[in-house]
Formats: sequence, C-alpha cells, structure tokens
Amino acid sequence: MTPPVDPVDGVHQVDRVPLVERVGILVPSGMLGAGFDPATVERGLTLNPDVIAVDGGSTDSGPYYLGTGQAKTTAAAVLRDLRILLKAAATARIPLIIGSCGTGGTDSGVDLVADIVATVLAEERLDLKVATIYSEQTAANLKEQLNAGRIQPLTPATQLTAQTLEDCSRIVGMMGHEPLVEALRGGADVVLAGRATDTAVAAAVPLMLGMPAGPTWHAAKIVECGGQCTTNPRAGGVFATIDQGGFTIEPLHPDSACTPISVAAHMLYETVNPFQMREPAGTLVVTDATYHALDDRRVRVEGSRFEHADQHTIKLEGAKITGYETVSFTGIRDPHIVANIEEWAELLGTVLTERVTQTLGMNEYQYAFDIRLYGHNAILQHIDPDPSPAREVGVMLIVNAPDQAVATAVAKVANPLMLHLPLPDMSYLPSLAFATSPAEMERGAAYEFVLNHVVEVDSPTSMFRVQTREPSLA
Amino acid sequence: MPDPTLGDFATEIRSKNAGPFWVTMDTFMPDETGYAIAADEDFVNERLISRLYGVPADTVQIFRIPALNVVKISFPRPVTQASLRDRDIHAGQHHVPLAALPVPARHLTTPTESDTRV
Repeated sequence: MTPPVDPVDGVHQVDRVPLVERVGILVPSGMLGAGFDPATVERGLTLNPDVIAVDGGSTDSGPYYLGTGQAKTTAAAVLRDLRILLKAAATARIPLIIGSCGTGGTDSGVDLVADIVATVLAEERLDLKVATIYSEQTAANLKEQLNAGRIQPLTPATQLTAQTLEDCSRIVGMMGHEPLVEALRGGADVVLAGRATDTAVAAAVPLMLGMPAGPTWHAAKIVECGGQCTTNPRAGGVFATIDQGGFTIEPLHPDSACTPISVAAHMLYETVNPFQMREPAGTLVVTDATYHALDDRRVRVEGSRFEHADQHTIKLEGAKITGYETVSFTGIRDPHIVANIEEWAELLGTVLTERVTQTLGMNEYQYAFDIRLYGHNAILQHIDPDPSPAREVGVMLIVNAPDQAVATAVAKVANPLMLHLPLPDMSYLPSLAFATSPAEMERGAAYEFVLNHVVEVDSPTSMFRVQTREPSLA
Repeated sequence: MPDPTLGDFATEIRSKNAGPFWVTMDTFMPDETGYAIAADEDFVNERLISRLYGVPADTVQIFRIPALNVVKISFPRPVTQASLRDRDIHAGQHHVPLAALPVPARHLTTPTESDTRV
C-alpha cells in the first residue's frame, strides 16, 4: 500500500518519521579507486557511521568512459579501496553504497565493480548481500518518452530529436536516492549503482531513516568530493552527521580541519549556481544556510532547505561517436619558425588540405583536423592574455575521420610536412623534431556528450533495474 | 612594474567544468578589500566576461558572495567538452584571462593592506 503523502512537501509520510536521532555518513574519498589511508576509515568507524558512501564516477574526464563503458580507474585501485571498505562495512554492520560505478555508470561499469566486489567477498570470506542497480536506457524507450513530450532540454541544449538518441553509443539516466533506498529496503548490504547523482549515494540512508531533506541533500553535496571541503583535501575523506536541525561535518584525518569557509566554499565546486542544486526529486536551496565552527575542525550547518518539485525528473547523459582519431606530434625549436609559428601552422593546414585532395581524393568536408601549438597558445588560443614569444613549440595534429584508416592516412600525408615544412622565405628544408616513431598514434573512436535533457517520470524508480545477488557463502 | 592584476589580489582563481556543458570560475579574495575589487560591477560584469571569453553576455551568470569574499562566474562552454576543438577537457586552465585582468586604478589609489601585497 502506498503511504499517505505529506501535503506540505509531497514526501511519503513514512519517510518523514525519524527512526533515529542522527545519521552518520562516512565518505572515504571523492572517488572509488582514488585511494585513501586505511587509518582514516578506521577513525571514521569510531564515529558511529550508519553508511559508507562513495562516488565511483563522473562526466568530468570526458564522454569516452560513458561511450565505451570502460572505467577511468584501474581495476587494481578499485579492488584495493573495495577491500578496505567492504571489511569496514562488514565490521560495522552498515551498508556500503557506491554510485556511478565504472566512471560512466554504464551497465558494464556496474558489472565491473560487482565482479571486483565478488572477488573481495570470496577472498575475505565476507557474507554480504549485494544489490546492483542498472541505469542504462534504450533509445527506443526514450523515443516513446520523446514522442509523449516528456523529454525537456536543459540550458544550453535545444529540443531533442530521435536521431540524436539513435546516434548515442550509450545512454544513462541519473538516479536519485530512491532506487538506492529500494535496494536497501530489499536487504542489500552493498549497493552498486549505475549512474547516480553524486549526492544520492550519501543521501539515501539518511532519507530512509527519516532525516530532513534540506540538511541531508546539503550534507550530501558537501561530502561528495571527500576531503575537498577540508583544509587539506589530500588527507582523506570526511564524516557528516545529520539530525533534525542540520548537520555537522569533520574530516576523517585528525590533523585536517573543516572550517566554515572550507565547507561553504564547496558549494562552489563544479556547480553553475552555488545556492541551488537540482536533484530528481526537487531543488536544494542553501541561500539561508549558516555555517559555524563547533571547534577548530568541526563545522555545524543549519538552515538548508529542499524544495520538492511538482514533477520528478531524471537527467540523461549520452555519448556518441564523432569519428575516429589519429594524433601526430612534432616539436619545433628553430628560432625563425618559432618566431613565425602562426604563419607556419596556417601553411601546414593549407598544404595538408591540398595534399589530402591530391593523394586521397577527399575534400575538406570528409574529415577534420585541429592543429594545436603547445608552448605558443594551444590551450587558450585567441583569448590568451600573454603575448610572450615561445622558445619551442609542440605541434599536435589531431585528425578526425569517419574511420580509423582514413584518419591515419591523413596523418601520414601530414607526416612529411610535420617533418620538413619550411616557411615561404626559407631556402632550405628544416627537419623538425618528431616526438615518437612512428609519429602517428591511433586514438580509436572519439566521443562527444550529446544529451543535456531530462525525462519527466511518474516514478523515481521506474527507469532503473535493481537486482540482488545472494551472498555466495550463505 | 606591470599593472597589478586581479590574480595578484586573489587567494586563488580557478576554473572547472560544471558538467559537460558549462564552465565555472571561482575568484577567492582574501578579505573585504580584495572582495570589493572582484565584486565591483563596473569592473567584473557580464559584458567583460563576454569580451574575455567570446561568449554571449546574456548567458553569463555572476554570483557575488560577500560572506565568502568570492565572486563566481558561470557560462555555457563555448566548445563542447572533449570535441575535436576542445583543448582543455576539464576547463581547468580557463581562469587565466580573468586572473590577468588589470585592476582598475580606482582600487589602487588609496594605500590599503591589499596594495602592499602587490
């Protein structure tokens, strides 16, 4: 039976009954596989946590990880962290929640982490029930939502088309806390989630145990990058304690500190708007939040609000292949060429385009390339404020083409130019400094994020699939 | 001596992706005097950011936060993350043009604690 809904904020009343006085969240690091000192987790356990939560992914390193379903972190680093965390969770008899498994939160990312968890559980003879939550979406299902008018763009995106959905190699929906709570209520000790909001992993247990939404989501945002909200982000993770009046936060490492500034400033980190943050169920508003020091390393935060939305929304992420890329890199130290490097680079582009037409019979619309002048202005280009001349310049050529062979063929046509191209006023052929032999490096498929949209859903759990794995040692 | 820049007065100026489609910059100033420079709406405003970064002024969001002595600036990424033309995947080096801005003379005329730091 569906519990009655609170008329004030739309939350099921059963979720509003505080089952405990306070809820402690142990966050060992900002990302699974990033590593941490085991002593910091041991100290965290002495603070009586109710859950260990850690994020396993991000879009920040680019669309490749979503597009391919591969993880950014190496399996050995994930295994090392998981061994410590699974033992800690088993010792304290509290859940371990990992979100956005395998960097992109794809189904393969969840399976990758689930396999590592299974290895550790067997090796350590731990008897824990594991739930996996899959968040990959099919273009076919989303097209039905699109046709029903239930997919909306977020700034700066435009209206979605069916073609864009079909172009995606992989699409994930970003879950809130609700599927995590469903898995926990199903008895899971370890929850391995596909793509989830960074905050959902920390918010699930406090919300399930009846903590207020404002302090819970605010605390979850502050802890999502581990020690980033402390004075020494490299010293390890953090511990947040949520209660009816707010939350208290402290670093796990005894020599590190949270200050009102370090905590408040974390709302700035990787956010567009530091006062409001949208979750599937509503919006965290911290405009009126107050931060004060309890002592020299603990901060108390009060006054955070959560405004429940009329419409529950699930954000989509999708990556598509834009082509296949080959990179070539040469170095120039010749003072005359370096002094006229922009002219040289323009000439390289012109001659390369001509030579590709002559040799490969392709026009400039059948492939694309980018010439980057590292040491001159590769990073900021025309917006660079510093006109200082370079001493040496690294020239990176990136070719993007519909298939790998064509990309490499174009880069090979560029090879003699990147070795010997003179300026028009030079009477001799220079020989430039290739960094590697062969010069061409095949990058494989190149990806781009193409979705910046939300789906309006009737149920916060309907797009996600929870599976429970019984303990293998039971 | 070159003109003092906003970066000279700041504790830290940083930039970073805020998701794949936005970039955000945080200007941490050490005190109220420094904050008054960064928060000066005749100095750092949407038009200036538009000019510095080649983005439409009406897409720029600026948050002035006196409690933290912070000015935060966000705008849609001019180049999609990790596309062929993206040379800064995390947008972590895009604070430099902002930090290199010469501070207006009106903030330099009176001898203050901040001036001695330059």
